[in-house]
Amino acid sequence: MTKVNYFLTEEQQMIVELTRQIAEEKIIPVRAELDETEEFPWGIMKDLAQADLFGLYIPEEYGGLGGGCFENCLAVEQLAYGCIAITTTFAASALGGYPILLFGTDEQKAKYLPDIAAGKRLVAFGLTEAEAGSDAAGIRTAAIDEGDHWVINGTKQWITSGGEAEIYTIIAMTDRSKGARGATAFIVEKGDEGFSFGKKERKMGLRASSTRELVFNDCRIPKDRILGRRGQGFIIAMRTLDLARPGIGAIGVGLAQAALDEAVRYARQRIQFGQPIISFQAIQHMLADMATQTEASRALVYAIAKTIDAGAKNFSKLSAMAKLFPTDIAMKVTTDAVQILGGYGYMKDYPVEKMMRDAKILQIYEGTNQIQRNVIGQALNKEYANKQ
Amino acid sequence: MNIVVCIKQVPDARTVKFDQEKGTLVREGVESVINPFDYNAIEAALELRDAFGGQVSAVTMGPPQAQEAIREALSLGVDKGVVVSDRAFAGSDTLATTYTLAKAIEKLGAPDIVICGKQAIDGDTGQVGPGLAVRLGIPYVTCVNEMEILKGRNVLRLKRMCEQGYDIVEVETPLLMTVLATLNTPRVPSLKNKMRARKADIPLWDVSAIGAEPGRTGLAGSPTQVVSTSVPTFDAKKEMLEGEPEEQVDALVTRLKEAGVI
Repeated sequence: MTKVNYFLTEEQQMIVELTRQIAEEKIIPVRAELDETEEFPWGIMKDLAQADLFGLYIPEEYGGLGGGCFENCLAVEQLAYGCIAITTTFAASALGGYPILLFGTDEQKAKYLPDIAAGKRLVAFGLTEAEAGSDAAGIRTAAIDEGDHWVINGTKQWITSGGEAEIYTIIAMTDRSKGARGATAFIVEKGDEGFSFGKKERKMGLRASSTRELVFNDCRIPKDRILGRRGQGFIIAMRTLDLARPGIGAIGVGLAQAALDEAVRYARQRIQFGQPIISFQAIQHMLADMATQTEASRALVYAIAKTIDAGAKNFSKLSAMAKLFPTDIAMKVTTDAVQILGGYGYMKDYPVEKMMRDAKILQIYEGTNQIQRNVIGQALNKEYANKQ
Repeated sequence: MNIVVCIKQVPDARTVKFDQEKGTLVREGVESVINPFDYNAIEAALELRDAFGGQVSAVTMGPPQAQEAIREALSLGVDKGVVVSDRAFAGSDTLATTYTLAKAIEKLGAPDIVICGKQAIDGDTGQVGPGLAVRLGIPYVTCVNEMEILKGRNVLRLKRMCEQGYDIVEVETPLLMTVLATLNTPRVPSLKNKMRARKADIPLWDVSAIGAEPGRTGLAGSPTQVVSTSVPTFDAKKEMLEGEPEEQVDALVTRLKEAGVI
């Protein structure tokens, strides 16, 4: 049966093959156990580093492969086919690395990017706080300029790879009176004075990914750790998220594909009323919708990622679409997969139970899907105002 | 350090079929893969290179398509590879194979460590590794499942599995070892190596390239002749025992006694 031809280059095809191989050989055999134990997937991070994947989006001059948003999407889609908790740990390193890549000075890039590309040090991105998630202007963490260094106080919440990563790009307020325009980005390193980690969260899904608080208690960092300009923090966060969101969509595609594969395989071998349940139209129609929606998600993510790589400006709307649709579909397809497997689907002995639990986070993190709709809606309002 | 790993392309065991009438493998439409034990050999070679420095060369004897096996080895991080390929090598038994491989390895330069898989899953002889060591005039250790590097002395401490247990032996380089699947977990390829492998020029060495004497290769150099192959027949009888569990056990014991098993 012909598959959709996305006209991948030979190198892109290699990325797909390699990441799929890692998903099948390294991730799938351990995913259920890591989900149970909530153990951080260091072994697989080592495999991903060895495979050069941490350098996928980093320019060759810093030891990376110089790929773009599309290459990143291809990689995370296949890794997510195995497990999205492990994939999120991998993807979070890019989320933390983008601000340095996009806004870092030459010195900062030379200092951090080679280690990030080689997978020697994981990166984390710290924006969210107890009172600031969707509303970034509510950030309480504050950085004070004390001449030759900065002093940071506050607590970041639900930070992916918190405690395990060694480099953190965080957003703190340098001038609260200016609201979002008073936010500034900084690089903090594990081991910096006054920087510690809070409790590790226990989660519904995504359990192999570590989620912790970052605690800044008179944390002193050198002056040159500021990222971009003072007051540019909100823009840095938004640019980073715009670039990363198609990747979350791609994770949704990989997860939906995995759930679809499980559902079809099961429906072909499960006998009820003397025949495989896939022969029943009720099941066929569910599977048909799941397959169509998964492919539509993939096509959307690929098209938008390529548009971004072609040098698009102001792509917040597209990036939001590339996150919104595939992640809603991933939730639906994983839920339907559990339905098709019935009682077995609800049991931990089958992988779709974990897939459904994991899927929920995709509609929440990196901007809830409601926020994505806001972004799209506001962009439409602007676009049509300009047309009149 | 000059490390050589010998690999073999074999039919993919997951897709291979058997022609019951002819008693031969059906090779059409069957994919070729690297012999599973050879992945462990490659991994061991790469670990040794990481520890000692130097380079890893992969050698295989086979048809020109075996370049794909070398390409895969390169994608895993092997530095260079060669396919020893000539119609004159067809029909080689282990005697001719070890002669041919030894010639190729000598052409690559005197090796410090040669690594082979324990055996190939198609021929299953397990003779090529030891035979090759004898040809090269170096000591060998078979069925290695643990490896410790004693770096200052260029010595390997190897755990060799035997039928009744294991030996721990220390061997100074040069040496040859054959490895078990339990020795290590093979790494995945890296993107950079995959790209390098795709573009790599993999030489094909024929009889004259390795300076082999024609009469000692292929069928001509093989005292072993395969006269016929056949599928073992399985003619065990099956009988379902009836009755209560106690009666079934009695019946079973009677049958086993009759058969002389107990």
